[in-house]
Formats: sequence, C-alpha cells, structure tokens
Amino acid sequence: MSVALSAQDISRALTRISHEILEKNHGSSEITVLGIPTRGAHLAARIAAIMSSIEGKEIAHGTLDITLYRDDLRLRAPRAIMPTSIPPIGIQGRDVILIDDVLYSGRTIRAALDALGEVGRPRTVQLAVLVDRGHRQLPIRADFVGKNLPTSEKQSVKVSLTEIDGVDEVVIEGVAN
Amino acid sequence: MRHLLSINDLTPSDAIGILDTATELARINDGQVKKLPTLRGRTIVNLFAEDSTRTRISFEAAAKRLSADVINFSAKGSSLSKGESLKDTAQTLQAMGADAVVIRHSASGAAQRLADLEWMSGSVINAGDGTHEHPSQALLDAFTIRKHLGKGASGLKGLRIAIVGDILHSRVARSNVLLLSMLGADVVLVAPPTLLPVGVESWPATISYDFDSVIPNVDAIMMLRVQQERMSDLFFPNSREYSRYFGLNSERMSAMAKHAIVMHPGPMNRGLEIAADVADSARSVIVEQVTNGVNVRMAILYVLLAGGPLEVGSN
Amino acid sequence: MSAQRFLLKDGKVLGVASSDLLISNGRIEAISPSISDETATVIDLKGSVVLPGLVDLHTHLREPGREDSETVASASRAGAKGGFTALSAMANTSPVADTAGVVEQVYRLGQEAGLVDVFPIGAVTQGLKGEQLSEIGAMADSVARVRVFSDDGNCVFDPLVMRRALEYIKKFDGVIAQHAQEPRLTVGSQMNEGIISSQLGLKGWPAIAEEAIIARDVLLADHVQSRLHICHVTTAGGVEIIRWAKARGIQVTAEVTPHHLLLTDDLASSYDPVFKVNPPLRTEHDVTALREALADGTIDIVATDHAPHTSETKDCEWAEASFGMIGLETALSIVAKTMVDNGLLDWAGVAQRMSITPAAIGRYSNHGQQLVVGSPAHITVINPTKSWVVDCDLVLSKSRNTPFHGYELPGLVTHTFFDGRATMIDSKVIDKVV
Repeated sequence: MSVALSAQDISRALTRISHEILEKNHGSSEITVLGIPTRGAHLAARIAAIMSSIEGKEIAHGTLDITLYRDDLRLRAPRAIMPTSIPPIGIQGRDVILIDDVLYSGRTIRAALDALGEVGRPRTVQLAVLVDRGHRQLPIRADFVGKNLPTSEKQSVKVSLTEIDGVDEVVIEGVAN
Repeated sequence: MRHLLSINDLTPSDAIGILDTATELARINDGQVKKLPTLRGRTIVNLFAEDSTRTRISFEAAAKRLSADVINFSAKGSSLSKGESLKDTAQTLQAMGADAVVIRHSASGAAQRLADLEWMSGSVINAGDGTHEHPSQALLDAFTIRKHLGKGASGLKGLRIAIVGDILHSRVARSNVLLLSMLGADVVLVAPPTLLPVGVESWPATISYDFDSVIPNVDAIMMLRVQQERMSDLFFPNSREYSRYFGLNSERMSAMAKHAIVMHPGPMNRGLEIAADVADSARSVIVEQVTNGVNVRMAILYVLLAGGPLEVGSN
Repeated sequence: MSAQRFLLKDGKVLGVASSDLLISNGRIEAISPSISDETATVIDLKGSVVLPGLVDLHTHLREPGREDSETVASASRAGAKGGFTALSAMANTSPVADTAGVVEQVYRLGQEAGLVDVFPIGAVTQGLKGEQLSEIGAMADSVARVRVFSDDGNCVFDPLVMRRALEYIKKFDGVIAQHAQEPRLTVGSQMNEGIISSQLGLKGWPAIAEEAIIARDVLLADHVQSRLHICHVTTAGGVEIIRWAKARGIQVTAEVTPHHLLLTDDLASSYDPVFKVNPPLRTEHDVTALREALADGTIDIVATDHAPHTSETKDCEWAEASFGMIGLETALSIVAKTMVDNGLLDWAGVAQRMSITPAAIGRYSNHGQQLVVGSPAHITVINPTKSWVVDCDLVLSKSRNTPFHGYELPGLVTHTFFDGRATMIDSKVIDKVV
C-alpha cells in the first residue's frame, strides 16, 4: 500500500483544476458543476467553493447520481440510489463540468452522459477527475486531471475525503504484478 | 430478495431502503426526467385476475418509467375467466419470457403459490391476494406518513396510526399492521366487533370499538372501504348505523390533532366510511397516495429486478 | 375358502409374547410358541407385531362417479398396503349411495377386487340433501347389509331430521355416523378459525361449529335411546362433550383421523392445499386432547377419512382446492408415531382401536375378532423396528394427496392376510388371482 496523494497534494490539485476550468471556459457564467456521488459530489462542492472565491460570485453546482443508468446493475445486488440535485439554472445550453474522484473504465461517465441527456442538452460536457488510473474500456477521456496514476488492474485506488472518511488522501493498494 | 409476497419478506432495513429509494425517485420524477433506462429489456406482466384499475395502472406506470415492457393480462375476457387454471396461465406467461409477474388475485395465497410452485422463474410481486396482504399499498402508505410526519431513523417511530373499518376482510390492514409496527409505529384498529378477526389479539396492534376516543390521540387515520355486501352477511345492521359509529365525518375530523392526516387506499365509498368534504379537505392525502404509489412501485421493481441473480435473499 | 397355508413364525401377537400362528382355510388353525408344518409357507416375523386385520370405518372410495381419483379396486390395494382387511365406503358418491342398488354395486366391486371386505355406508338422507330419509331399510336388508348410515361430506344439520333418523335406525340395529359441522357457521370456511387464519386471510372454521352439533346430537341420542357415532372429532371441546356423554351412559362412539393426531393448522401458512381438509387441522392444544382421548377411550377408534383427489384439484390456489387427504397407507405408522412411541397406547390398545371396536360399531361380525384359534384369518403385521419415508409418487392409491410426503415414519406394515390369503408380503401387495 502506498500513498499516492497526501492531503496537501489533493488541495493543490483541486486549486489547479479550479483555475484550469475557469481558464478554459473563460470564466464561470456558463458553467454548471455536477459531482457524481459519493465522493465526486464532495469534490464538486470544494471545487465550486474554490472557483467562487476566485471569481467572487456564486457558482452553479449540484450532484448527478448515475446508479439508474449503470450498465452493470445486473451483476450485483441493487445499489442504493444517491441524491440528484440539479441547480435551478439547470444545464440547458450550458457547459457542464462533471466531477468524479477516479476515472477508470469510463463506464460511470458514460452513464453520466446518459443521465444528463434525460435532464437536458448542455452546450458542452467536460470532465474533471482527481485521479486517472488508466485502463479505459470506452472512448472516454478527462479534460482536467488531478494526477495520472498508472496502476495495474490487480491494484485498487482508494480515495479518502475528510467529509466522509475523516482524512484526505489517495492510496494505492495491492502490488502491480 | 426475489419475490415480494408479504411484508414478512422484508427486514426493517429492506423496507426503509425501499422508502429511501422511492424518495429519490420521487425527486427525479418531480424534476424533468420522466423515463429511466434501468429496466430496459425486461418484461413485466400484470396478471390481474381480480378487477382493479388503479393498482394495475400504478404498476404499469412504474414499470414504463423504468423502461420495462409491460404486458397486461386481466381477468375479464381472458382465458382465466373461461376456467383456465392459474397454473396454466402462469406457464403460458413464463413461455412468453416474463421477468416479473405482478399478480392480483381473489384467493389468499395465490401469489405465494405462484412463487413456490415455480411455475415461473421470474419475480413474483403480490399486488393483493384475497384478504391476505397488499405489500405495495402498505409501503406507499408508510411512505406517505413518513413524508408528512416523519421523525426518527425510520421516520415512523412512535407515530400513532389508526386503521378504521372492515379489518376482517382487509389485506391493506394486514400489510399495514405488519409494516407500521415493524417500523416502530403504534397501530390501533378501530372496528365493530364483527369486523375484527378471531385471533386479532395476537396482532401487533391495539383494538378499539370507540372511534371517537381514538381520534384526538393519533397522527394519522387510515379509513378502509366498507363493502355494501357486508350488510347482508350480518356484519352490521345498515349503512346508517355504520357511518354513525365508524364514519369519518367533518365533526370527527375537527376533533383530530392539528397535524394529523387522513388516508384511504381507495376506492372510497363517499358518504359511508368517509364524508365527501373530509375526503376533499386539506388534511386528506388520498390523492397524493396515488402519486406516491407510482414512486414506491418503481422502487419495488428496482430493488427486485435491477440487481443480478447472484444475490438471493436480503441485501 | 383359501387353500393356502401359512406359518407365521416368531411374531409378537398384540406386541406381547412371541408366538407362531398357523393359517389354513381362511382361519387361524393354531397358535402356540413353536409350530412346525411341512405343507405351510413359512414367513419369518421375528421382531414384528401381529395384529387382527385393520378395519377402517371411514373411507371415500369415489366409485361410482369419481373414478379419476380412486376406484374400489385401487382403494382396496391401498388398504391392503396399509394393513386393512375391511373398508367402509362413505355414501357421497355419484350417484349417492342412498338405495339398495348403489350399495350392492359398491359391495360387489369390493368382492371383485378381493383384497379387503368393502362395507358400504348408506346415506342418511336422499341425495345427502338433509331433507328426506333415504331407503335405510332397503339398504340394511340388501346384500350389503348396511348398518352404518352417514351423510358424511355433509352434516345432518336439521335437528328434526337427525331425531327421526336416530329413531328409525333402531329397527335395523343401525348407527348414524354424523359429520359434525354446523353449516351456518362454516359458510365458505377454508381452515381452522384462529390466529393463523387471521394472519393468512383465509376464512375460519370455528371449533364451536363442530362442538355445537356434537352437543345437540348426544342429547338427541340419549333422548331417543339410539346409537350415535361422531366422525373425525378434531376439537378439545368436542372431546369434553363426548366424555360427559359417555359418563352419562349415552350410546355415543367417536373416531379420530391419523392426521388430526399429528398435524396442526400452522401448516396452512404455506398455502399448500395438501393440508386443506374438512374438518380442518387444528391447534396443538386440540392434538393433545385428541391423543389423550384416544388413549383413555373417550375416542373409541381411529378411522382414516381417506379422501383421494386428483392433482388439478390440489395443484392450485387454496380457495379453489378440494378438501381431503389420503390416509390408508400411512395410518398405522402415524398411530405408531403419535400413540405407541409416546407410550400412550400399547399394541393391544391399537388392535382395539383399529380393528376390534370399528368392527363392533359397524357390526362387521367377521372382522375385529380376537386372534384365537378358529377366528377368521384377517391379520396385519407391522415391523416397529423399521422406519420408512413417505413418497407421494409411490402410493398405491390413484391420488397423491398425502400431507406426509417426505416424512420418515416409524413402523413398516409388511404383511396383510385377508380371509387367510396373503394380500401383501414383504410390503408388496398381491392382487387376487382370478
């Protein structure tokens, strides 16, 4: 087991990502930030707060649960549905920034795109993740990445956030071969 | 969990899980999303051997909102009414590839027979079997109560609920007594002695013949439909006497606690067990129960069908 | 009539002392500790109990009219398998056995099958309708020599009809066997009325519907000084009333079925109609009272109420299903399990309750006799050391509706002799050679 990101690393990454998002989108007026529960939602709240303090105004943000759109539901017991909360300004014609903690196979993001499609038609959908661990199974890529972590499929990446786990860190468990 | 035949099939956490799922689905349905892909490709059969419009439509709406295909099989004009046995009907539906059967039947235990005899391999959901149980109704009733009055972990702990009417013949009463008491509520059954079953003392509920003494002390009153046929079977002398003692009229409604709500599973006999102005009053959540019914039934279908075959038994 | 000779060695007659029995020409020729006979077929009964041939006072043979579920022939085979040498055929056939013609037909069918004596029971009322008396005299004087009259399936509910019937049968040395069920209290009833029925949403059959009729009928029997028999008693309250009546010297006898000695109403929770029966399975309290009553003689006999039903009438939802259980092939084992193994009865007591007394009630003079030299050779052999597992697919009855499928039961019935002829050897029934 090794610590890939410390609390300070995470904080710096989130700050950088927040700046990158604002830079690429020329400000925040057309942005809606949506975090994918569970940990993506908390990261989205943090990123929205950071962007808000940079811009000096409120950032439209919320959560998007993708459980009902998963393509692997039948493989395990039914999962609890997490809250979906779209901010009042919505997503129609706006730039949606999806936030998740780990990008792996890409299926979660595929489900998120389906979920968004039911809600409305954004102008663009961009993806920010704290960790990209590779091994994509679908043609999905992140626009903003906290850290690229090459891993083998035998390993697992564990993200802990203060809001839920009491500490901020990213840990890789298991050995590469 | 493969079948939902009785409230006894659920643990408290199963039941709360269904209510929580329904809460989330309600929020989604209130928003812009009207259709979810979750059960796409699944076939759900409504096997309604007993007439019912509202429950069947409720399950149909729930299934369609999850993108499942729905086949309706109702008693009238079907081979069931011509004497085809339940077994043959079930095997025919199985041959058509049903993933789940929602069954309503006039015989108590019909849903369990369908599940136990394995005439079909899919999930069996009891939508009302004779006078035995109606689990989805109890779940939507608990959901409604929790939404208006909810407190505590399950949302129902310590709440006092009165169920009034023909308890003897009511599957809604049986399922509600089991579920509400499981979730920590106190249930009082109010009825004339003739409409309480022998053995009711063993149920997790208290009994009262005196509606007026119960009214001020409860948080919700659930009125049950009383059928006219019960008069000719000597259960009570006439509807006038029944309404006088057990009908929820405006006068009784004004004696209710300020926050208390009025419920009814429908269809109502306006003027018999419930006065028209009570049914239409601000305390009445009867229409909302119908909406909640769709969300709760979506949650039931999700919990039973969305997962894979690997997990048999409770979550 | 039989030319066969059998030497049964080392069986315990009435479960008491080991003895040899020599059977010849339909009679018991000799009983003594050690017999040798070169011409007889020797059968080793070491470890087994020898009883007089079992007599069932209550069975439904379904012929004429419902031969899809059972015939006199198939029931005879099932009876031989269970150790029975006499069966009483209830009258609720189609047509009803309310004339000399029908009872003689049933009697002859029994003779043709030749495995047991079939004694037809005559209906009390025409068509079992409970209104007009049937031709009781004609049936009594017929070849079938009917002495037991019953509307079983239905209750003789009208007190005036019951009174007249009890009076009328005195001329013919008859007995009225009443199915005690007050119809107004049991409309649409599905199972015992109690805690279980309230939970399952099945309409209850209250105990008082049986007790009220028993109370009325013992008083009537006393008033007119006639013989009354109560079929399938199932309630502790019914037992108390019968005990009271007997203490007063009223001529009442009573029977209990094997299934009511063991099974209780909680079995209905599966909604499997194999447990649906009339009168219904009741509570643990009732089962205890019935066992005690059978032990102390308040209940005189065991009768199976063997009620075959085709699978489509049991393979359905409870409310649609027929009432009834088959019981001929499991009866003696159930009595062994519930009464003998519990120390409530010894084998002599079983012989009394399953052979001697039933024959006495029905006036079957050739049956239920003591196992002594000169008696007719109707003999049942059970091996109490062997247990067996009930398999509904292997029953000899035409119908499979046994509630005991999968149960392991003590005591295997191995041999049955009817009129000196072996109808079953080593648990295999031997059909009559034509």
